[in-house]
Amino acid sequence: MEALAATPLRTRTLEALRQVEPALIIIDDEEGLRPFETDAFISHRATPMLAVLPESEAQVKQVVRACRKLGVPVVSRGAGTGISGGAIPDPAGVLLVLTRMREVVALDALARTAIVEPGVRNLRISEVAAPHGLFYAPDPSSQIACSIGGNVAENSGGVHCLKYGLTTHNVLAARVIDGEGEAMEMGSLALDAPGYDLMALITGSEGNLGVVTRVSVRLVALPERTDTLLAAFASVGDAARAVGEIIGAGIVPAALEMMDRIVIEACERAMGLGFPTGAEALLLVEIDGAEEEVVAEAARARSILESCGATDVRVAADALERERLWRARKGAFAALATILPDFYTIDGTIPRRCLPEMLDRIYELTREYGLLVGNVFHAGDGNLHPCIFYDANKPGDMERSEELGGRILELCLDMGGTITGEHGVGVEKLRQMCSQFRAPEIECFHAVKRAFDPDGILNPGKAVPTLKRCAEWGGLHVHRGHVPHPEIPRF
Amino acid sequence: MSDAFISRLGERVREAAARKSALRIRGGGTKDFYGASVSGEPVEMAAYNGVVAYEPKELVLTVRAGTTLAEVERVLDAERQMLPFEPPHFGAGATIGGAVAAGLSGPRRPYAGSVRDFVLGARIVNGKGEDLAFGGRVIKNVAGYDVSRLMAGSLGTLGILTEISFKVLPKPAEETTLVFEMDEGDAIRQANQWAGQPLPISATSWQDGVLRVRLSGAAPAIAAARTRMGGQESRDAAHWHALREQQLPFFRADTLWRVSVPQTREPLDLGGARPVVEWGGGVRWIAGAQDPLALRSTVERAGGHATIFRGADKSAGAFHPLKPAILKIHKRLKAAFDPAGILNPGRMYDF
Repeated sequence: MEALAATPLRTRTLEALRQVEPALIIIDDEEGLRPFETDAFISHRATPMLAVLPESEAQVKQVVRACRKLGVPVVSRGAGTGISGGAIPDPAGVLLVLTRMREVVALDALARTAIVEPGVRNLRISEVAAPHGLFYAPDPSSQIACSIGGNVAENSGGVHCLKYGLTTHNVLAARVIDGEGEAMEMGSLALDAPGYDLMALITGSEGNLGVVTRVSVRLVALPERTDTLLAAFASVGDAARAVGEIIGAGIVPAALEMMDRIVIEACERAMGLGFPTGAEALLLVEIDGAEEEVVAEAARARSILESCGATDVRVAADALERERLWRARKGAFAALATILPDFYTIDGTIPRRCLPEMLDRIYELTREYGLLVGNVFHAGDGNLHPCIFYDANKPGDMERSEELGGRILELCLDMGGTITGEHGVGVEKLRQMCSQFRAPEIECFHAVKRAFDPDGILNPGKAVPTLKRCAEWGGLHVHRGHVPHPEIPRF
Repeated sequence: MSDAFISRLGERVREAAARKSALRIRGGGTKDFYGASVSGEPVEMAAYNGVVAYEPKELVLTVRAGTTLAEVERVLDAERQMLPFEPPHFGAGATIGGAVAAGLSGPRRPYAGSVRDFVLGARIVNGKGEDLAFGGRVIKNVAGYDVSRLMAGSLGTLGILTEISFKVLPKPAEETTLVFEMDEGDAIRQANQWAGQPLPISATSWQDGVLRVRLSGAAPAIAAARTRMGGQESRDAAHWHALREQQLPFFRADTLWRVSVPQTREPLDLGGARPVVEWGGGVRWIAGAQDPLALRSTVERAGGHATIFRGADKSAGAFHPLKPAILKIHKRLKAAFDPAGILNPGRMYDF
């Protein structure tokens, strides 16, 4: 393989990495590097020049310094569950794999904080916190596998964001190695830190501003009671109206998930939940908190669902039933995959009131492209995950699905939304960044990066497009100026 | 009006940058006391006011930076919603832009989140006079670095806020306050124990042997919590307002230190000074002059930082000194947003 040829730079990098103390695990053979070719954005791949698996911050620091000296890019990787390609290796760079740094350093139950290394799995934090009646709230669907370092890099969300917030609301502090190999402590275990809010920048920076070597997270009280309701509707409009009415009534549900007919039918076939045929939308509402509050609010939510025209409302009485109701949501993608083997998940966000119109537009586009799309939404926060199904063996199918995905993201912008709610830009949405932001904003992002990484060695080419590429792609900001919803502020 | 105002503002900044002439950004002027004083031509933002968009069912509000906090709260109140971070006003003219720039949150902060937690998007004019928009009007958005949250608490040193979008929340149906007699150490411990349980706590304060806990939520939840927690019920809702606005007699001192430490830290040895404790132990106010070096070293050992919140003598720096690596990033960010160094120079640190 080209990338593995013993170029002088590769030899020099290898020599430099062998100087790291204590000795570092280095992978330099083709066989060993192959598993790192991609993350969960599997349509793109590249073999890194070398991969290293540090076990301490001191090693990370030396790796970054060595690479900086040689001008070699460094791409950080956690569990590799990202779906925008943020951890796809640079063929001329070093892949910094942080999975061996997986110690829970401290847990302070009274202070409700945990200090963990970046390779600790998301769910593991909640597991160690559970005996204290606490949990770590952000719960991306990959939480069983994804690492907290990756969560910080992507500002990961989950189904409980409306009430509990994103990663950025749940991390307090981080130790970070910047692009010059300098270590720093950002944020604080106190409720604020002096100076600029650097935690806001590092969270969601997709490995571009620094390598996170330690994270302090906020833990919250496990709810005393959780009630789950699943309602079927004869139209998406009714379901969307119910979402607005619930929130308008002052209820902030822990989760509010919607599925459209294509998903419902696939679930019905795969799991036989027995929903009325002809249901166009399913709404899953979860309310948690103190016993008395949950009882009162769940009753209110139920009456709102019914008054908005729900044709069937089911309430989970216990954990087992709750798990059954969630099965439709969590098993949705698996159920759909029985139709076509490959799928591509989009991640835009729109103002919630645009939901019915957005769905109509997606269905129109789907027909135009002759592809199948199932829609699953985090309806509470307007984050949609249209799932485009295709057959990778059919020539051109994958390219068409990516093109359709791009069109859907442009629609999100037309509606006053964003091209990524929780999956990140990575390599996947670089092109749409040129539509969402104008040249001086893109330039500002590059200036922020230079503040942390003057030589641009950290994950180059991801998250923020160069202005040159935007120009090649047909210019910046085609949206402002002629937008379908001119009344919506564009930021 | 929007575009004309912002393009005039941009022009003015470009012109000041060319002359390297400092600008002093002002909303209502209610927080002029906070941070170091700045000299420079005033840029008055109060004229740029009004609600741009408010969709109560989206829980999203977009306002111009010069809108008064009082007006924002009135608009939200009409829909039974609120700014969950409960910002202090410190005067009738306080603006929303000033509240975000100052980055100050009120009693609800430990239980609901801070200013920055509720900022969804910001439109700014940077030190190059460019009109830039970051973030958005949706709750989940990870496109680009989170520059809008960076603006919160940057005291106008990185850009002039022109429009801001917030996530807002429903107002709680009921509120009540429980009062307990307790010493400082017990109060801090107790507040943290409760915070780890599913209780509807929305504020805590301790002063002179009295712990106050505010409960907010549905009536049955408050009733249940009251039974569980004990204490005396007080209908003195004015306490939280007076605390937030620093209208309690304690805050009349000439010098006021704000000490921020991890919430569970034991009472600090302050040479006899008796603090007011807020935020479940996270903030300890100290009235009266202190030796800045000694206090800051005590606080730093406790994992926190100390600010001269009010006081004539800020020669020791209003804000806690930054560590060298963090300072390096600060200076570079400042240079990136404001290369001529004209936006509120010196308001936070010496850049």
